[in-house]
Amino acid sequence: MLLDVDHLSLYRYAAPVRSVVQSHRLTPSRCASQKVVQWEVQVSGATKGAGFTDGAGDAIQAWTVSGPVTEVAVTVRGRVETSDTAGVLRSHRESAPPEVYLRDTPATALDGALRDLAAGVPGGETLSMCHDLSHAVAEAIAYRPGTTTGRTTAAEALAQGMGVCQDHAHALIACARVHEVPARYVSGYLFADASGAAHEAAHAWAELFVPGLGWVGFDPANRCCPDDRYIRLGSGFDASAAAPIRGIARGMAGDGALDVRLSVVAAQQ
Amino acid sequence: MLSRTAENLYWIARYMERADTSARLLEVGSRISLLPSAHGYRSEWDSLLQACGMAPGFAAKYGDPVQRNLESWLFFDRDNPSSVASCITAARENGRIVRTALTSQVWDALNTAFQELKRLEREERSSLELSQMTDWVMRHAAMLRGAIDATLLRDDGFNFLNIGYYLERCDNTARLMDVKYYVLLPRVDFVGSGLDNYQWTTLLRAMGAHRAFHWAYGGEVTASKIAHFLILNPQSPRALITCIAGTANHLNRLSKAYGRASQSQAMAAEMLARLEEETVDRIMDEGLHEYLTGCIRETAALGQAVHEDFFSGEAR
Amino acid sequence: MAAQSSGIRSVGPLQGGAGPNIFDEMTGTGSELRPPYARLQDWVQSMPRELRNLKQAEAEELFRRIGITFAVYGEGGDPDRLIPFDMFPRVFSALEWSKLSRGIKQRARALNAFLVDVYGRGEIIRAGRIPGRLVYHNAAYEKEVAGFVPPKGIYSHVVGIDIVRTGPDQFYVLEDNCRTPSGVSYMLESREIMMRMFPELFRGNRIEPVDNYSEVLRRTLASVAPAKCKGEPNIVILTPGHFNSAYYEHSLLADLMGVDLVEGQDLFVDGEFVYARTTQGPKRVDVIYRRIDDSFLDPLCFRPDSMVGVAGLMDVYRAGGVSICSAPGAGVADDKAVYTYVPEMVRFYLGEEPLLDNVPTWQCGKADDLAYVLDKLPELVVKEVHGSGGYGMLVGPKASKAEIEVFRNLIQAKPHNYIAQPTLALSTVPTFVEEGVAPRHVDLRPYCLVGERIELVPGGLTRVALKEGSLVVNSSQGGGVKDTWVLAE
Repeated sequence: MLLDVDHLSLYRYAAPVRSVVQSHRLTPSRCASQKVVQWEVQVSGATKGAGFTDGAGDAIQAWTVSGPVTEVAVTVRGRVETSDTAGVLRSHRESAPPEVYLRDTPATALDGALRDLAAGVPGGETLSMCHDLSHAVAEAIAYRPGTTTGRTTAAEALAQGMGVCQDHAHALIACARVHEVPARYVSGYLFADASGAAHEAAHAWAELFVPGLGWVGFDPANRCCPDDRYIRLGSGFDASAAAPIRGIARGMAGDGALDVRLSVVAAQQ
Repeated sequence: MLSRTAENLYWIARYMERADTSARLLEVGSRISLLPSAHGYRSEWDSLLQACGMAPGFAAKYGDPVQRNLESWLFFDRDNPSSVASCITAARENGRIVRTALTSQVWDALNTAFQELKRLEREERSSLELSQMTDWVMRHAAMLRGAIDATLLRDDGFNFLNIGYYLERCDNTARLMDVKYYVLLPRVDFVGSGLDNYQWTTLLRAMGAHRAFHWAYGGEVTASKIAHFLILNPQSPRALITCIAGTANHLNRLSKAYGRASQSQAMAAEMLARLEEETVDRIMDEGLHEYLTGCIRETAALGQAVHEDFFSGEAR
Repeated sequence: MAAQSSGIRSVGPLQGGAGPNIFDEMTGTGSELRPPYARLQDWVQSMPRELRNLKQAEAEELFRRIGITFAVYGEGGDPDRLIPFDMFPRVFSALEWSKLSRGIKQRARALNAFLVDVYGRGEIIRAGRIPGRLVYHNAAYEKEVAGFVPPKGIYSHVVGIDIVRTGPDQFYVLEDNCRTPSGVSYMLESREIMMRMFPELFRGNRIEPVDNYSEVLRRTLASVAPAKCKGEPNIVILTPGHFNSAYYEHSLLADLMGVDLVEGQDLFVDGEFVYARTTQGPKRVDVIYRRIDDSFLDPLCFRPDSMVGVAGLMDVYRAGGVSICSAPGAGVADDKAVYTYVPEMVRFYLGEEPLLDNVPTWQCGKADDLAYVLDKLPELVVKEVHGSGGYGMLVGPKASKAEIEVFRNLIQAKPHNYIAQPTLALSTVPTFVEEGVAPRHVDLRPYCLVGERIELVPGGLTRVALKEGSLVVNSSQGGGVKDTWVLAE
C-alpha cells in the first residue's frame, strides 16, 4: 500500500518555558515491509540536534528549542510504501541482542493474573505459542478506549479486563516473558479504514522473538499480525521507552497541554 | 566562571548583609518600642515588620508581637528566611558549595559564624542579651567582609561577591529608611517634634551612622538631612548612591574582563547618573516613601538583570 | 600466645603476627622484619606515646580543616563524619608493586575489551565463554548504547580494583569497580598529611609520589575527547551536588585538575552539543567525568524523575558530541556475578594468563555451587550480587547460628542474587591502637586510569579494619584508612 501520513503534535504551555528538548523516534524503520517515498519532520522554532541510529536500529533525532516559547508544533508528513511480510521484521539492522528484552519494567511487571494468563497457553513451538498468547491477551482485555491512561500497567489493565492497544502490547510482552520469549513494545501508525478517521491511527503493538524467524509483530488489539496497513517507527521495553516523542520543557510554571491531529490515508494514485 | 558558582558567591554576600540588617532591625525595633508613641507598642512593631515585608509570616506563626517572639523571629527562626540564623546558614551553605573558589580565611569567617551560631542556638535564651546578639552578627559580617577584601583574588568572583553586597545593602538601606514611614503615620503636628527626631536618630544609630551623620551635618536632625545622607551622599557607606556606584563599578569591571557590555551595566550606569543629578528637595516633594519604594523596585530590577546577564548562563 | 591472640602489642620490638596463618606485611608470619618496613621500626620505637597522641590529634585536625569528611564507596551516613586515619603506613616494595601493577593494568584492559565486545558483536558470548544471560539480562547492561563504540574504545576510564593479600606473593581481586570508584581523595590527602607531619620519614624512605594523579586523570580524560572536539577539550566533573557524601572528593579533583565542578542544572543541550552555563554565556563541554549513576544522567532516556541529570545528554553522547566517563553501560563489567569471568576475559581478549587471581567464587545460581554453599555456610563469606558497602553480607565464621539460618533462607529464595567465597585470611599491617601497635586487617584499592595510555599511580587507598580481628574494612563498619607507600627501586 501507499500510505500518506499527516501528523501534528502541538505542545502548548500556559506560561512561557525557557527551553524544550525533544528526542524523536519519528522516522519509519528501515525494514523489508516499508519503503519511505518521502518523509519530513518539522519542529517549530527548533534547532536540529543530535541524530543517530540506536542499539535497537531506530533512527533517533534530537531537537532543542530555545525559549521563551509557549508552543511547540511537531509536524510529520510523508508517504511510505508498505508491503505485507506477515508480521515478520526483515532486513532490520540492530545491535542489541534479543536476550536484552527479557527484563521487566513497571509497565510490564508480572503479577499472579498475568502469570496465570500466560500459563494458560501451553508451551511448544514458539511461533504458534506466540499467536496463542496474543489471542489470549485479546480475549482477556477488551478493546475499550478511555478506560485506561498512559500510566496504566499491564497488570492493572488485565485486572479491569479493558484497555487500548498500549495495554494489549504491555500484557503480551509480560506474558511472553513468562515463556522466556524476548518481547518488546513497538510504536507506529496504522491505516484504519478508507476514511482515514483515526481509530487509533497512532498505534502500538508488540514484537516477540521467534528463533529462526527473528522479531515478529503481534497486534492483539486487532487480533492480527502487522501487515501493509502498518508503519513501524521504533521499539522499546515499554510504551514510555518506545514513545515517538519524548521531551522535557525547562522552567515550566503552569500546565502544559498536547493536541494531536493525525491522519493515515491510502494515497490517491 | 560557572554561572552557579558566580551566583553562590553573590548570595554569600547578600545573605551575610541581610543577616546584618535583620540584626539591626531588631535593634531599631526594640529601641523605638521603648518610646512613648501615638499608637502603642504593638503597632510600632507591626509597622516595622511591614516595612521589611515580614508581617504576614510573623503574624501567621506568633500572632502577638511580644519582644521575645520578635527576637525569635528575627534572630533564630528558620521559618523566617530573613532571620539571622537562616541567613548565616544559607551564606555558609553557599560557601560550602563553592569552597574551592574561596580562600581559607573567607571560609573560616563563614564557617566560624555558622559554628558559633549553632552554639548560640543551644544557649539558654534568657542568658542572651539583645545588644550582645546584634553585636555578634555585626562582628561576623565585618569579619567576612574583611577576609574578602584582604585575601580574595580580584577576579570575576570578587566582582560578583561585591555586586551582591552592594545590591543587598541598597535594598536594605532603603527599607530601613522606610521604616520611618510605616512607624509614623503622617501627622502634621508630629513632624519636627522631639519624638520625630528621636526616631530618626534611632534609625541612624541602628545603621551605625549617627556619629558620621553628626560629623557631616551637625545641628538638628531633620528628615531632609537624613535623606541626603542616606541617599545622595557618596561619603556615606550605606547611601544608595554609594551602593549603586559600587554595583556599577563592579559591573564595569566584569564587562571589561569579558569584553562585552551587559544590560545590567547599562541599567546601573543609568541609575547612578540619576542619583547624581537628584536633589533632596525633589525627593521630599515626591514623598520620601514613594521615592524609596521606587528605589527598592529598581534595585530588584537591577538584580534581575544581573541574573539574566550572568547567572542564567544563556546570555550570548 | 595469649598476648598474640589478643592482638595487642606494646610499643617495642615488633614481633609476632595476628595469629597463626595470618600474614603480617611487616613481620611475615613470625618474627622477621620484612625489608619494606625496615625503617619504620625505628620510627615507631622512637615515638613516645605522648608524641603519638599529639600527632594523631594533629592529623585529625588537619582532616577536619580540609573538610575531608565523607564515607568512602558511597556508604552514605553523616556527611560531616570523619573517617579514622591511621598514621602507620602500608608499604609495598618496588618489586611487589611492579607485579601488582602489571596485574591491575592487565585486568583493566580486559574489562574494557569485554565492554566493547558485549556492546558490539558479543564474541565472548558466542564463543560460549560467558553466559549471555548474565550479561544481557543484567540491569546494568544499557541497551541504549549497544552498537556504539566510545572514543578510543574505552568504557571504564577509572578502574578501581579491590585487592586483598594473604601471603608474600598471594594477592586476590575481591571486586572490580568500573563505574565511578571513589576514595581517591583519601589516597591524596593521606599522603599530604603524612608528608606534613613526618617529613623525616620521606627523607629516609624513597617513596614514589602520588600527587600527579590529578594530572594523569586530566590527561586520561582529555585523551578520550570526542572527534568533534577541536583543540583543547573542555572537561567538567558532574556531581550529584553538595549533599552527596563524596562531594569533597569531587571538588578536590575539580580543583586539582583546574576544571569546573558542575551539577546537572549547570549543563544544557543545545543543538548537537552540551553546554555549561557560565557568566560569559554557554561554554561547550567536551568531556564529562561523571560521578552520578547511569540512571540519573538523562531524564529523557532513563529516569523521567531525575533532578540531577541533563535532558538530551544521551542523544548528544550517542551522536559523538560529548564523551562521558565512565561510559554509560560500564557497570555491566563490575557486577559480582560477571566478576567470576574476568580471568576468562583476560585469556579471551588478551591471550594472556591472568596475573592477578580472583577469589574462588561459587555462584549460588548454579545448582552444584548452591548445594556446596548451603552445606558450607559457616565457613564462607556470602555476598549479594548487587550489594555494596559490606551490607547484605554474611561472614560465616563470625556469624551466629541464627544469622546463618536467615541467610540460608535468603539464598534459597533467590539463589541468583548471591555468590559465596571462602573466608580469606587477610593480611595485616601494624596499626596504632589505644595500647600501642597491633596488627589489623587491610585491603587495597588502586586506581587504574585508562585513556590513550593505561596508567597507574604508585599507591592507592588502603582501608583498615580497626576493630580487632575484624575483616570488614568498610568505613561504615569501623574501618579507617592508611597512607599507601610504594618504595622506589
